[in-house]
Amino acid sequence: MNTLKRSFKELLQYPSAIAGLVIIFILVAVAAYALISIPYQEAITLWRAGVGVWDENPRTAAPAWINFFRANDLPETVVLSTTEGTALATVEETSGMTKHTILFNIDYPYDGFPQELVLYFSSTFVEKQPHIGMTWITPDGREINMGSLAIGASESYYASQDARLQRKLGMVPQQGLFANPELDTPVAVEGAYQLKVEAFTFEPDSTVDIKMVLFGQVHGIAGTDHQRRDLMIALLWGTPIMLAFGLLAALGTTLTTMIIAAIGTWYGGWVDGIIQRITEVNLVLPFLSILIMIGTFYSTNIWLMLGMTILLSIFGAAIKNYRSIFLQVKESPYVEAARAYGANDWRIIIRYLVPRIIPLIIPALVTLIPSYVFLEASLAVLGLGDPTLPTWGKIINDAQANGALFNGYYYWVLEPAVLLMITGLAFSLVGFALNRIFNPRLRSL
Amino acid sequence: MTETDAAMVEPSEKVKISTKSTGSAVARVLKYSAVKLALLFLTVVVGVYLTVLIANMGGYVDRIRRAQIREGVALSMRGDRQFTLLPEEEREAVMNEMIAIEEERLGLNDPFIIRSFRYLGHALTLDLGFAEQMTSDSGSKQVRLIILERLPSTLVLFGTTNLFLFILAITIALYLSRRYGSFFDRVVVALAPTSAAPGWFYGIFLILIFAAALKVLPFGGMVDAPPPESKVGYALSLLEHMILPVTAIIMSSIFSSAFSWRTFFLIYSSEDYVEMAKAKGLTSQAIERRYVLRPTLPPIITSFAFLLIGLWGGAPIFETVFNWPGLGRATFQAIGFYDTPVIVGTTIIFSYLLAITVFLLEFIYALVDPRVKIGDGESKA
Repeated sequence: MNTLKRSFKELLQYPSAIAGLVIIFILVAVAAYALISIPYQEAITLWRAGVGVWDENPRTAAPAWINFFRANDLPETVVLSTTEGTALATVEETSGMTKHTILFNIDYPYDGFPQELVLYFSSTFVEKQPHIGMTWITPDGREINMGSLAIGASESYYASQDARLQRKLGMVPQQGLFANPELDTPVAVEGAYQLKVEAFTFEPDSTVDIKMVLFGQVHGIAGTDHQRRDLMIALLWGTPIMLAFGLLAALGTTLTTMIIAAIGTWYGGWVDGIIQRITEVNLVLPFLSILIMIGTFYSTNIWLMLGMTILLSIFGAAIKNYRSIFLQVKESPYVEAARAYGANDWRIIIRYLVPRIIPLIIPALVTLIPSYVFLEASLAVLGLGDPTLPTWGKIINDAQANGALFNGYYYWVLEPAVLLMITGLAFSLVGFALNRIFNPRLRSL
Repeated sequence: MTETDAAMVEPSEKVKISTKSTGSAVARVLKYSAVKLALLFLTVVVGVYLTVLIANMGGYVDRIRRAQIREGVALSMRGDRQFTLLPEEEREAVMNEMIAIEEERLGLNDPFIIRSFRYLGHALTLDLGFAEQMTSDSGSKQVRLIILERLPSTLVLFGTTNLFLFILAITIALYLSRRYGSFFDRVVVALAPTSAAPGWFYGIFLILIFAAALKVLPFGGMVDAPPPESKVGYALSLLEHMILPVTAIIMSSIFSSAFSWRTFFLIYSSEDYVEMAKAKGLTSQAIERRYVLRPTLPPIITSFAFLLIGLWGGAPIFETVFNWPGLGRATFQAIGFYDTPVIVGTTIIFSYLLAITVFLLEFIYALVDPRVKIGDGESKA
């Protein structure tokens, strides 16, 4: 215990190790936050993105903070609805019908164009459908008639698909409604826009509710993907999954390798021989290909993958290193003493051989974690991630599949990639420092 | 490869050559290599057998064989006019009967142990059956052809990269060991942890910078589409497409390799015989070549072997990111199509490639390790 404390103190003398430890601590905190704030079931539901989960999110929207770095701000999503009281409604009774005037006041301080303007209508009536007329009022006072329609119990209107409006404006409606008409190239006009909807109902109890969603080009802290999902869910939930996979795989592999190496060297003879031969066979087994095979044929369950990873890594290169150290330890006097007082084989292996190698194991273990973190990401990028779990690798996979780099959605790839890099770097930094502490031979070099 | 691994790698095998043999050094090297080759072949057999076992846990290899038989029978019947004249059901019945006979004849109804060894034979001779969805560029559905067609692209990419990596890492490591403690040395030591990220990961960043943002290099692929007519144009286009992937792999491995090899060099240059050579007044180049490089090469080659094995393993994802039409991407496509024969086939080919890599490095090891040439392996190794 004392040695551990001393090593930890020594570790704090390396600035890189402190940086690494801080990052690891933050990652653990984020993982804990994700697990507590978004329960597992909720995370799964959100990530499956069923109908109604993400309806108010734009597609492939960059994170909102990129506006800090841009000269022309990109619009955020504006949601206004009569049910939530964010739209102004006035009612006027005339002969035989009721006129509802609903005003949506849109504050638009952006330079870019929105992705889409959608109106969701819901109404109650017995026989006669309500009738709707829409007018768009720009900051400079122009009024654009957006046409009229009769609505059913639930109806939606997509400005981008309104061919008549497009002909009238001379460009796609979501741009034409915001563009300055005097310029040849479309440039958005900033200011307060107004959408006036006049709804006529022809029955006394008939009601009309309208929700307007003006889909922007930026969204939240992390942005969204092609299915309108908030990437934040996967970034948050990816953290505990990645940490668990990396830690368990590294721990499982290192401990089993160590014990197998100890057993092999202690018993020697055919036991050692078999272990050596297995190591050689393992060397020519294509690790990732076999994982791919298992993922495609059987299941991509993350625990199965973890188990197979450990199984395939046990007889790796490390076993030879440990063996050569155990061979030396085996000949040392204190092991002979243990044998002399009659300790049995297991006692010698567990109490005398294994503890001697712990100092070497710790740095190896920490440096191994990033490679398994990246392995998990690699599997996800190949499309073999656990089907239910949101992970960082899956974001990269989606981004690749949708040509994110080619289409300029850099944030989509960069966010998970930078997080992966930071994680990998943090563990490596700590591992390198530990290596220097526990391997004095390296310290001077 | 971690620091510990690299620092502790021991010569992988004890050299088993009798001290009494009086043949020349060449004969010893050849004999050593032949023994290694034989051992390695046995290892590959076991490895491929394990692959077949894993693949057939769910009966997938059986299914591939059955599909192959069905295809063969259907083909032979289509060519026979006598059958095409029969009514639909009767033809079906005859065909099923023939398939059953074929399956019986080819032993698909034998116990699994016997079948598994037969599959091992097929796998070793690359008789890998027919793909379910994929075809080779020439239109064949034979897995063997699909794989052999893509092998050259993979070999070109990884061969070039490995060569570059080795030369570059050794040069940098030597340079650093000469200027131990300099600014550049400390930079490399500080950057060594970045090698935790695999090559595909750097690839994404490189594509983002050079292809998407700067638009100076292609996003991926092996040559322009359509491929240039002239040989020179083709080679230039190939080179242009290779810049990013080669850089990505080198970026991901160079720092940790240079760091750990530099450490080997430093350890060996503090030996007494190096001090002796210095005292004799030998030039530093001569010292490096004769007294530092020679003894460090065997552990460096062993460490390089592990590095290469890691690189081969990453091929499926690396080639996918760079859209490189090689074996790795074939694996990825096969996953997409759920094309089991191709997945099994590529896995087997990759284990062959790993074995060949290990063998080549063993051969080089034999060339550089004086213990093999002198035949004095038993006493020291």
